[in-house]
Amino acid sequence: MTSPAPVVASSDIGVLQAGQTYRSVGDLIEGRVLDHRTGRVWWIAFAVSGIGMLVFLGAIGWLFHIGLGIWGINMPVAWGFAIANCVWWIGIGHAGTFISAVLLLARQRWRTSINRFAEAMTLFAAGMAGLFPLLHLGRPWFAYWLAPYPDRMGLWPQWRSPLVWDFFAIATYLAVSFLFWYLGLMPDLASLRDRARQPWKAITFGVLAMGWRGEARQWSRHRTAYLLLAGLATPLVVSVHSVVSLDFAIGNTPGYHSTIFPPFFVAGALLSGFAMVITLAVPLRYFFGLQAVITPRHFDNAAKVVLATCCLLGYGYVMEIFTAFYSGDRYEIAVTLQRWTGPYAFVYWGMIFCNIVAPQVLWWRRNRRNLALLFGLSLVVNVGMWAERVMIVVTSLYHDYLPSAWGLYVPTGWDWLFLAGSICTFAWLFLVFVRLLPAISIAEMRGLVHASAAPEGPP
Amino acid sequence: MAERTVIPIQAEDTRPPAPQRRRLLQLMAASAALASGACTRAPDERLHAYVHMPEAGLGGLPVYYASAHVRDGYAHGVLVGTREGRPVKIEGNPRHPASRGGTDVFVQASVLDLWDPDRSQTVWRRLAGGSATPATWDDFQAAWLQRQPDLAAARGRGLHLLTGPVTSPTQQAQMAALMAAYPEARRWCAEPPEDAAARQGAQRAFGRPLRTLRRLDRARLVVAFGADPFSDGPEATAQAADWARARRTDLAAGKAPASTWAFEVTPGLFGAQADRRSALKPSDIEHLLWRVAHRLAPELAPPPQGQGPAPREEAELVTALRAAGPDVLLLAGPALSPDSHALVHALHRRLGAFGRAVDLIDPPVRPSSPAGDMAGLCAALRRGEVQGLLVLDANPVCETPGVTDMGALIARVPFSAHLGLYRDETAVACGWHLPMSHAYEAWGDARAWDGSACVLQPAISPLYDSRSPVECLALLNRSAERDGHALVQKQWGLGEAAWRQALRDGVLPGTASAPVDAGRPAPVPPPVPPHDDPASLQALFLPDAATAGGRFANNGWLQELPRSFSKLTWDNAATIGTATAARLGLTTGDIVRLTRPAAPPVEIAVWVEPRHAEGAVTLTLGYGRRHAGQVGNGVGVDVSALRPVDSAVCRVALQKTGSRHEFAVTQHRIDQEGRELARSVPLSAPRLPRPPEPPSLYPPRDDGGRHAWAMNIDLDTCIGCNACTVACQSENNIPVVGPEQVAAGREMHWIRVDRYDDADTGTSTFQPVPCMHCETAPCEVVCPVGATVHDSEGLNVQVYNRCVGTRFCSNNCPYKVRRFNFFAHDDGPETLQHVRNPEVTVRRRGVMEKCTFCVQRLSQARLMAEKSGRPLADGDVRTACQSACPTQAIRFGDLMVQDSAVNQARRSGRHYAMLEELGTRPRTTYLARVVDDRPKGGA
Repeated sequence: MTSPAPVVASSDIGVLQAGQTYRSVGDLIEGRVLDHRTGRVWWIAFAVSGIGMLVFLGAIGWLFHIGLGIWGINMPVAWGFAIANCVWWIGIGHAGTFISAVLLLARQRWRTSINRFAEAMTLFAAGMAGLFPLLHLGRPWFAYWLAPYPDRMGLWPQWRSPLVWDFFAIATYLAVSFLFWYLGLMPDLASLRDRARQPWKAITFGVLAMGWRGEARQWSRHRTAYLLLAGLATPLVVSVHSVVSLDFAIGNTPGYHSTIFPPFFVAGALLSGFAMVITLAVPLRYFFGLQAVITPRHFDNAAKVVLATCCLLGYGYVMEIFTAFYSGDRYEIAVTLQRWTGPYAFVYWGMIFCNIVAPQVLWWRRNRRNLALLFGLSLVVNVGMWAERVMIVVTSLYHDYLPSAWGLYVPTGWDWLFLAGSICTFAWLFLVFVRLLPAISIAEMRGLVHASAAPEGPP
Repeated sequence: MAERTVIPIQAEDTRPPAPQRRRLLQLMAASAALASGACTRAPDERLHAYVHMPEAGLGGLPVYYASAHVRDGYAHGVLVGTREGRPVKIEGNPRHPASRGGTDVFVQASVLDLWDPDRSQTVWRRLAGGSATPATWDDFQAAWLQRQPDLAAARGRGLHLLTGPVTSPTQQAQMAALMAAYPEARRWCAEPPEDAAARQGAQRAFGRPLRTLRRLDRARLVVAFGADPFSDGPEATAQAADWARARRTDLAAGKAPASTWAFEVTPGLFGAQADRRSALKPSDIEHLLWRVAHRLAPELAPPPQGQGPAPREEAELVTALRAAGPDVLLLAGPALSPDSHALVHALHRRLGAFGRAVDLIDPPVRPSSPAGDMAGLCAALRRGEVQGLLVLDANPVCETPGVTDMGALIARVPFSAHLGLYRDETAVACGWHLPMSHAYEAWGDARAWDGSACVLQPAISPLYDSRSPVECLALLNRSAERDGHALVQKQWGLGEAAWRQALRDGVLPGTASAPVDAGRPAPVPPPVPPHDDPASLQALFLPDAATAGGRFANNGWLQELPRSFSKLTWDNAATIGTATAARLGLTTGDIVRLTRPAAPPVEIAVWVEPRHAEGAVTLTLGYGRRHAGQVGNGVGVDVSALRPVDSAVCRVALQKTGSRHEFAVTQHRIDQEGRELARSVPLSAPRLPRPPEPPSLYPPRDDGGRHAWAMNIDLDTCIGCNACTVACQSENNIPVVGPEQVAAGREMHWIRVDRYDDADTGTSTFQPVPCMHCETAPCEVVCPVGATVHDSEGLNVQVYNRCVGTRFCSNNCPYKVRRFNFFAHDDGPETLQHVRNPEVTVRRRGVMEKCTFCVQRLSQARLMAEKSGRPLADGDVRTACQSACPTQAIRFGDLMVQDSAVNQARRSGRHYAMLEELGTRPRTTYLARVVDDRPKGGA
């Protein structure tokens, strides 16, 4: 897609630096993919995460061979890291769709340069999230029994179980996220096809671009479909984590059984998702030299979302405590007190520090634009959100109704390996993505160049 | 020289073992022959393939044989349940005095020993170099015959026969014949160390070792001085049953039940049920007994000096004993000195208790020839007098406390042979090891604690080339008749009808010992009061509640059975009290070194038990075995070297080593945290408030079936003995997972017995928790694949082959009764697969399981009722836990039958449902425990 003769150059609109043209944007982003301009850092990261991914696959093989006993789960605490990891990943997977769909509908221009990789992040995170429920099954080879399929015995899933809802919620979310991501990718794939110098690359991108020619009619249809999908994805942002939260809220276990869980989980998911976006954007911008298109304004906005969701989450924590004591239910109160003082108290207080206390620095604008601080904080928040998932899953189960049945959950090396393995696999997938596909939407960036140039631009 | 050098017994097969399939067919055929014939005529020796099913086709139905489990010589009457010829489940024999239908844990677990792959399967002989080689019975017989001329010439001098306690009349006669043939031979009896004091006490009091029969159902006041009538000795099951029956009758009649007092060192089952309980160290219990005796009968005991160990209890106890009249029962424990046992006899006499709550009988363990104890044999071994040693069904190397070199002593004997179930420590020390038939494989006889005799009949032909003690003695006697069945039948000389009746009933009528009038007990001198040295602890040695002194060390069911109080599995520990632990700076898991002068030190981990006496430490015997088998080897710590030869109590010094040990425990918290789970009511007003039915959005449940099954557990008579847990394990093919998995919280028991302590009243309450079979079961709604559902009779059933293992059901179960197969436990040695109940699915890895209310028994009963065209009657179905319970604390039945036992229990004022406020509407409910709130001291 080559631009016509008059050169359109952007002005500085905060989310885009001045002087960017259609070509410069294309060169910046497409060059990453078509020319081998990946440095040593990428290769090191790729190798490390690739080894981690292979170890993860090996661990999955061993898990399927020997059984769930290699984890630390036991009889009061029948769910452990696997479920916590699943909920954590699905939360991370939230930000992509939120940025793409909700901010699109809200006409937020700052989404443009971060939506593509945020969507990819969503896709990979949701993939990790979808993997863990399978791994945690006692007999994973029968996982398809959760799907309604016609069989001779007329057996269906048990529709009252939140796990079935969960199955559908995650599957739908994955499908819609993929469609949304792919639809946005099509014009860029065509652009890559046109610029590719090697025939096999041109053919590959051409096949993936599905015949995109950049016609006005195609653009019009694309725009409509994209908006429609955004409209479809927006409720999913809320529904998927709400449904995941019902896995807990439907249960009668004190600490699970709480009506605040759906909104509370969504707030937490956005918090962790935006933290992960920051975690990914900072190195991406630095190593790929994307300072022109990912600007401090982006980080400032993302940090504001982090701050807002952290406050929502804090409200959730407070309400949980309030309802426990207000209800007078001895079991709820006992669980709350155990969270504060029991053997897992360090998880609770660590979570409070990471999720609630630490993000308060974002009230200051200076901090919101300090990328080193933001990067560190995003890691802290990610740890905190993971701790929250563990706190919910474990501390509710280990200390429920009958004191005789109480027992601790001590994660084994395998539990940690599965967490680390999923992170490596996620990182590996993301590294492959930034190398093989445009990490920022070229078409939308050009649109932004156009829009920013329009007010004072030449005819 | 004997005229015949070889006496044919049976063709010896020296070829390697035949293929398993053929063996299985042989077993099936043999058992089919038995099933069709055992009770009607002498066993048919011909073997038929099972393709010709016996005419009275019993395929698919269990067949029961009355027999007995023999422990320490005493018979525990059982019904051996066989499926397709394989013994798989033991039930108590309701006609037998030691069972009354109930069992203890050992009886339940005995069937696992039968199938234990580590059982001795062949004869072993030691070669000159010290290594052992497999041999045959013919080899042994030839070796034994070769010794005959020398033995005959020496009139048996140098020949020593060691047995455990023997009550079997057949074996008694055989041993008498052996002793008659070799007049200079000596006989020894390896008596359980805990029985010695009682026997010596009776000897001192009456001049003969009379046995005391304790009638807990007749006493109005029972006082235990360091005794636990619910776990000690062969009468424990019967005593628990007596106590529970009398207590239930009294409560139903609105009468106050008998008062029970326990003074104990370590928490015992009786102490947990007692109205009053005090934890005292062994010397204090003895001291208290003598002080009480003096105040009751000054001429029996010297005046006490100073203050007693428990002055308030002492005064109240004296008052209560005076008020109770003759219906008192004093129980002297194994740690008391023989003199104190004699004093208790004298007190019983003085209070007039003989003939009421106490009877004396001649001991069923009647030596047919004078038998010495282990100390005598040790001395003979040390003097080198022993030329030939025959050990029949005893393990002196392991079970002789205080003697550490027994193995070396036996190894020095020129000719030694050991007959036993396992190739254990003694077998390894002996020149010959002979495999013994399990009690359920062989003919035999034995007496119960009250002298009643019973015939043991085999439920399966021997799995290996083994002999029963009767058959082995016949070989040693060189008698013409070698067949166990013929030998036992000849001994009893019953007519055909009487013999058949005896086999059918499992007990010979009229054989119980008649009480004897022993006359006035001889006065005894008071024991020398021990000097109290605060620096050391008093150690009390008891047989372990799981291995019974070591003989069940290779039984996985028992190893994994949580001990009643500590809930410890796969281990033994040095149990100490809380204050003692604090004084010594110890916590549970600290390894300490225990030392006693002239004994090797022992390093063992400490268990802190709040109900344990201070200044004392309890050590259990039967652990740290070296040749128990794959399961029991190296589990726990052997403390027997520390125990003195002649007493269950000694002083030990304790040193902290700084190392730690992790215990595998199934319950970590014994505090109810104020939650009303195991509830109790005062005796003065034994009623619980009835909460109104909570409102529900759901319509009343109608499952549409013709039955509504329910269970009720009476916490007032549950003694926490764990028999239900093992019975369930046996019935439902529950796997053993091992100590690491228990420590990880993955034990598989479907019914667990929770222990809760009440800090205010000082009581321990046991609460068995099976699946509650909730009418609105929380587990059912959360299963994504519908693997746990309700059936038409109100059962919450688990569909194993639909389960995908999300474990959500367990998370949502407030009672945490569900168990998950974290690993594959469905494999195992082939013989262990034979012990499985074919009616119950063996669960594979990754599926959830839980109590089914013994749904296989329900189906069986329903089918039988349908076949006979009559409705199911109340009591037709008995769950495994219910039928094993010695105190009948578990009731099971149909809620749709108005006057069913379970409905009657539900109408009791003590009835409640656990966590009722959750609205789960459990079908398993409880009756609250009744706590005595009468003013203390009977005043």
